Amino acid sequence: MAYSEKVMDHFANPRNVGELADANGIGEVGNPKCGDIMKMYIKVENGVIEDVSFKTFGCGAAIATSSMATELIKGKTVDEALKLTNKAVMEALDGLPPVKVHCSVLAEQAIKSAVSDYYRRQGIDPTPIVGELEEDCHACEI
Amino acid sequence: MKRFVYADNAATTPVSPAVLEAMLPCYKENYGNPSSLYGVGQAAKKTVDAARKAVADALGAFPEEIYFTSGGSESDNWAIKGTAHLMAQKGKKHIITSKFEHHAVLHTTAALEKEGFEVTYLDVHHDGLVRPEELEAALREDTALVTIMYANNEIGTIQPISEIGAICKKHGVLFHTDAVQAVGNVPIDVKKQGIDMLSLSAHKLHGPKGVGVLYLRKGIPIPNLIEGGAQERGRRAGTENVAGIAGLGVAIREACSSIEERAARLTAMRDRLIAGALKIDRSRLNGDPVKRLPGNVNLSFEGIEGESLLLMLDMNGICASSGSACTSGSLDPSHVLLSIGLPHAVAHGSLRLSFSDQNSEEDVDYLLEVLPSIVDRLRAMSPLWEDIIKGKTVY
Repeated sequence: MAYSEKVMDHFANPRNVGELADANGIGEVGNPKCGDIMKMYIKVENGVIEDVSFKTFGCGAAIATSSMATELIKGKTVDEALKLTNKAVMEALDGLPPVKVHCSVLAEQAIKSAVSDYYRRQGIDPTPIVGELEEDCHACEI
Repeated sequence: MKRFVYADNAATTPVSPAVLEAMLPCYKENYGNPSSLYGVGQAAKKTVDAARKAVADALGAFPEEIYFTSGGSESDNWAIKGTAHLMAQKGKKHIITSKFEHHAVLHTTAALEKEGFEVTYLDVHHDGLVRPEELEAALREDTALVTIMYANNEIGTIQPISEIGAICKKHGVLFHTDAVQAVGNVPIDVKKQGIDMLSLSAHKLHGPKGVGVLYLRKGIPIPNLIEGGAQERGRRAGTENVAGIAGLGVAIREACSSIEERAARLTAMRDRLIAGALKIDRSRLNGDPVKRLPGNVNLSFEGIEGESLLLMLDMNGICASSGSACTSGSLDPSHVLLSIGLPHAVAHGSLRLSFSDQNSEEDVDYLLEVLPSIVDRLRAMSPLWEDIIKGKTVY
């Protein structure tokens, strides 16, 4: 299994890593049993993601996709962030090995989970906007 | 200062200079087929015979009990399938093995289960050791074979092979052991230890890849796995891998001539590494601390995942392996770590470091210098670690 240079760069030098003290939306997806947990922190102001950070327990691809996902949504509107697909994260990383595709799905879900938390804190039901979340990685439920 | 440390000798080992030197003439001058009558053929035959003698001497066996194969997996398949099919003719269709065998054994017994054989998988407990009394209790009238590995490939635990051999002998049951990790690291005497069949592989002891041995005690008429020409006394067809066999002969002689002193040196390195690594908070050693291979260290670090750990070690010049799902390409972590009772999340954070005689105390120094900071770095970005230190998650 070989990772692209971009994956290795984001793994070795992850962007936006750590907790965000003034986050107003925090999402966590994954499961320690599977070996992947992603936690994403967002700070939303006037509908724009002003700041974002992550913490990840997982493999190289999990860390790299988290890092790339934060870069892709930083400064974007919440609506734009919700449109980010796992495919876009993968493309931005110059691809992932087939067995690692689920890591990019987890990154997409982590964003949605953080946005849902933000809406809940605003007293807004996130389900009609964000949709149903897959907070657990279904790959492990076999 | 950064250095290169190859600490994955349980995966494979570099070929030793003497091994390579023995192999090259088999490709250049003595390229003949050992079955041919003329000079270069007969020279190749002599090479094969000499290697057979070397292997037999190393195991306490007779040369005519040594069969060259393509490696450990083939030897395991042949011994297990062959014995199963031989004994099935007598109505014996029960096999005893352990839960943490190599997949070459476990997938073979699984295939036999589909054919109607019944298999008992012995527990290996928290220390990674089979209990002889549990083995004896599992024996039945229709038990065809006991197959228990000599030493585990991941956690290095050395099984009570002599006791198991004695029990099998007492009950008249055939006993096979996958000794791929053990040969060259622990002294073996197949006759004294009651071993009927033993698998070994050259590339784990500074020999070449693609060559191994099945020791098959005289008088066990298991059917062939590979049919064809009359090589290996008609029991394993295919033109001999002469260069590989020559390399194996030298490798096993080198490894077995210095077991005691090498074991003493590697054990000291191993124990220093273990003691140093266990200073890392919430770390543990997997497998019995004493009954383990001299060069094997297997640790788990809570809150981090093995593949990221391996990638960071690699960036620091260190080659190692892990039992995490991500490194195996499957969804579950290592069956070996689960078999000794590790929770999935802890098994994902495992690290195997395995030494050979080519490693040094400086390697241990370097590992102990690099490892704690890598673990800290990964933990700093791990939400699971955050839960563990807050007491939300307990293992």
